[in-house]
Amino acid sequence: MLRILHGTKIDFVKPWRIAVGITIAFIAIGFIMLGVHEARYGSALARSIEFTGGTLMQLQFQQPPDVGQIRATVDAAGFPGSEIQQFGTDREFTVRAATQGDEAGHAVESTAKQIQTALEQKFGANDMKVVRTEIIGPRVGQELTRNAALAILISLGVTLIYLAFRFEWRFGIAAVIATGHDLLSTLAFLAIMRIEVSLTVVAALLTVIGYSLNDTIIIFDRVREDLKKNRTDSLYVVLNKAINETLPRSILTHVTVALATLSLLLFAGEVIRPFSWIMLFGIVTGTFSSIYIAGPTLLWIEHRWPRPHGERRPVMHNPATTPSRPAGRATAGAR
Amino acid sequence: MSNLKYRLAIIVGLVLLSIYALFPRDVKTRQRHADGTFYDTVTRRVPLRKGLDLSGGMHLALDVDESKGVVANKSEAIDRALKVVRTRIEGMGVSETIVQKAGNDRILVDIPGIDDRERAIKIAQDQAFLAFQITDKTKALEKVLPRLDGIARAKGIGVATTSGGAAGAKAPSAGLNGLLTSGDSSKGAKPDSAKSDTAAAPATGEISKLILASPYQMPGEFMFDAKYADLLKNFFADSSVIAAMPPGKVVRFGSDSEVVQGSTYRFLYMLDERPIMTGEHLKDAKPSSSPLEGTVVEFTLDNEGGRRFQRETARHVKDFMAIVLDNVVMGRPPVINSAIGTRGQITMGQGRDLQAAQDLSLVLKAGALPVPLKVAEVRNIGPSLGHDSINHALTAGGIAVVLVILVMLVYYRFSGFLAVLGLLLYVLYTLATLAGFDAVLTVPGLAGFVLSIGIAVDANVLIFERIREELDRGKTVRTAIEEGFHHAKSAIIDSNVTTVLTAMVLYQFGTGPVKGFAVTLIAGIIASMVTAIFVVRTFFLLWLNRSRGAQTLSI
Repeated sequence: MLRILHGTKIDFVKPWRIAVGITIAFIAIGFIMLGVHEARYGSALARSIEFTGGTLMQLQFQQPPDVGQIRATVDAAGFPGSEIQQFGTDREFTVRAATQGDEAGHAVESTAKQIQTALEQKFGANDMKVVRTEIIGPRVGQELTRNAALAILISLGVTLIYLAFRFEWRFGIAAVIATGHDLLSTLAFLAIMRIEVSLTVVAALLTVIGYSLNDTIIIFDRVREDLKKNRTDSLYVVLNKAINETLPRSILTHVTVALATLSLLLFAGEVIRPFSWIMLFGIVTGTFSSIYIAGPTLLWIEHRWPRPHGERRPVMHNPATTPSRPAGRATAGAR
Repeated sequence: MSNLKYRLAIIVGLVLLSIYALFPRDVKTRQRHADGTFYDTVTRRVPLRKGLDLSGGMHLALDVDESKGVVANKSEAIDRALKVVRTRIEGMGVSETIVQKAGNDRILVDIPGIDDRERAIKIAQDQAFLAFQITDKTKALEKVLPRLDGIARAKGIGVATTSGGAAGAKAPSAGLNGLLTSGDSSKGAKPDSAKSDTAAAPATGEISKLILASPYQMPGEFMFDAKYADLLKNFFADSSVIAAMPPGKVVRFGSDSEVVQGSTYRFLYMLDERPIMTGEHLKDAKPSSSPLEGTVVEFTLDNEGGRRFQRETARHVKDFMAIVLDNVVMGRPPVINSAIGTRGQITMGQGRDLQAAQDLSLVLKAGALPVPLKVAEVRNIGPSLGHDSINHALTAGGIAVVLVILVMLVYYRFSGFLAVLGLLLYVLYTLATLAGFDAVLTVPGLAGFVLSIGIAVDANVLIFERIREELDRGKTVRTAIEEGFHHAKSAIIDSNVTTVLTAMVLYQFGTGPVKGFAVTLIAGIIASMVTAIFVVRTFFLLWLNRSRGAQTLSI
């Protein structure tokens, strides 16, 4: 039987201060980056045209072109300030321009057409192809922004309701705080990497939340089960035990999901890359928060709002660090 | 034992059902020959629908255009427009088009495989309001011109005279009035005097100088230099100009142009506002080409329309009848020689090919749009890009599957092998579910599928770890397996519920590609629960039965 990390007795809860420090630092850096981006680009988060509205064209060249020439051509066509970006290989580029004119009539279409004509004249219609065009009117952009915000809020709401049904409130709040942490740290990651936020990225974000919650639920499930079996140990001990017991499972599933995500990141092409980045980061932050955020938060809540007399047990007591006291004291409150 | 038999029967049943759902079947598609006729072809393929980002094609969102007036009941108007747009798009002869209403005021159109963005937008968006109007015989435009000049002066319309440059030295001598006399006297002459002032721009308030008499003896027909087209269009669209028009008369621009001595001229018409006939009674329209007029669209009216048309045209013999489509006069108005019955034709104008005539017939047959529509969103993906996406996703998926299988086999050995068998069934079930619900595969959807392969083994891992723990506690193999499955079940269901809930929200709020992601995720999670909890367990039971009294389990 091949086993990794079997029968470990690592005290995961003890270094919670360090863990929280690291994650707060990371989130702080992310938010500083948001401010930096705001000052530098005028937008804290890079939003895709799905949200801003505008015209996006993906160009495919036979030969690697000179980016300066693309930019000059697009500028000369009457669209200065358009963004030109390499898209994967050095033969593919995207042009992103603000749509000129109203969305009524064919005006909405003319931006793309003018840019295409100008580029085809410059590079030759055979050497350059427009493989993708997306034109989003301002109204659709607003609606999609609203929908994305609604999707995030509602899925958080639905998850909350589920947790409320499924777990006793102390567990629920701990899980929610861990989820909030994942949301913030993924946002920080988005800011640091300046990944363009599209609907697909929002979908990845929500999947990460579900996935991270999944992890927390598995650990809490074990805690609940162990609490029933064992009525003497402190919650601290039970929690550590649960994390250690579920450790092989956590490692193994994270490895398989990470492998799938890595192969997406490396082989599935440029379109899906932002999605893959978020998922990959989500696996890391989800695992981290399930162990280092959800657990300590649960302990803190139990400490702060002790349970009613009948089911009370020591919360923070850690026999490994403090000299063990008679077991009788631990059960004093119970029964 | 009988329990096991049932389990096996269910698994085999599910496999057969999946194979049936995924079995390549005949799909009837409508195709169009180059000459415009339709034919049905039958292709055999796996019934998995590819989204536009995989197949290549075009996605359009059309909103009600309220720039020309508020639409009272948008939802109802969209319902009626939906029928028209659907008929038109389906008539394009592309298979598997989707035309649907979204929300209260939007039409979504998906056209796979089409690359010509402009053409598709035109077909979907053209209002196609057809009207037959008699050209004005009362010299109404001539009479109102001084007033128009006044409006132009007040508004400062016109171009600064200095822009004329050297040619500006020649004063724009011939205004409309001058021309009218010369036009009257020299019958059929080209507007000679026009060429002298083509280079010169008009001074402010000299609209009348831009409008030239037509050399062709047609009442209500005028010409103008094509380079002033935008200026004149804006001018005549102005509300104060429309208000100044004589009652019952309208100005319409022509589709044709004519080159006279190196300059291009366009036509302008003064028409009776009341149409003698509209496209409402049009029964059929088909493209045709005639050697004399080039490409034309022949149309047939229904009986009622035919009667009315006959009555009206009989009253207007020797008059000229403009065929006005979406406020543009198509070709040059023909003279009515005698009463016309149910058949007629529309000249497409110069430089329009058969394709344009086909599209016009299509649009006319489908009827006019009850409300003007505007394009709110366009997504156009080339077929090569879609093809690349599929290849990328297959590569990534293949590598992911191999890696996951390796991890499971190395770590769990025989039990891992059972899990891998389960994984294969999982892939089959997921694809079958997608086919069964006619879900659309998209790029994010494929990514979700690859991801779900990684997530799918999670359930197996949970169970196997649990079995190991039970074995460690000294339980027998059979009990350990029972306990492992029993205890892991709640955790598996619990942890997946949140993901399914999230996916449902995404489905509700996402656009096409994201919807595809949500659907694959849901299908994947359900299939993974079925395989982990039910299928893999049956495999274990089967193994236990075959090797009775097994003391060890390779896990």
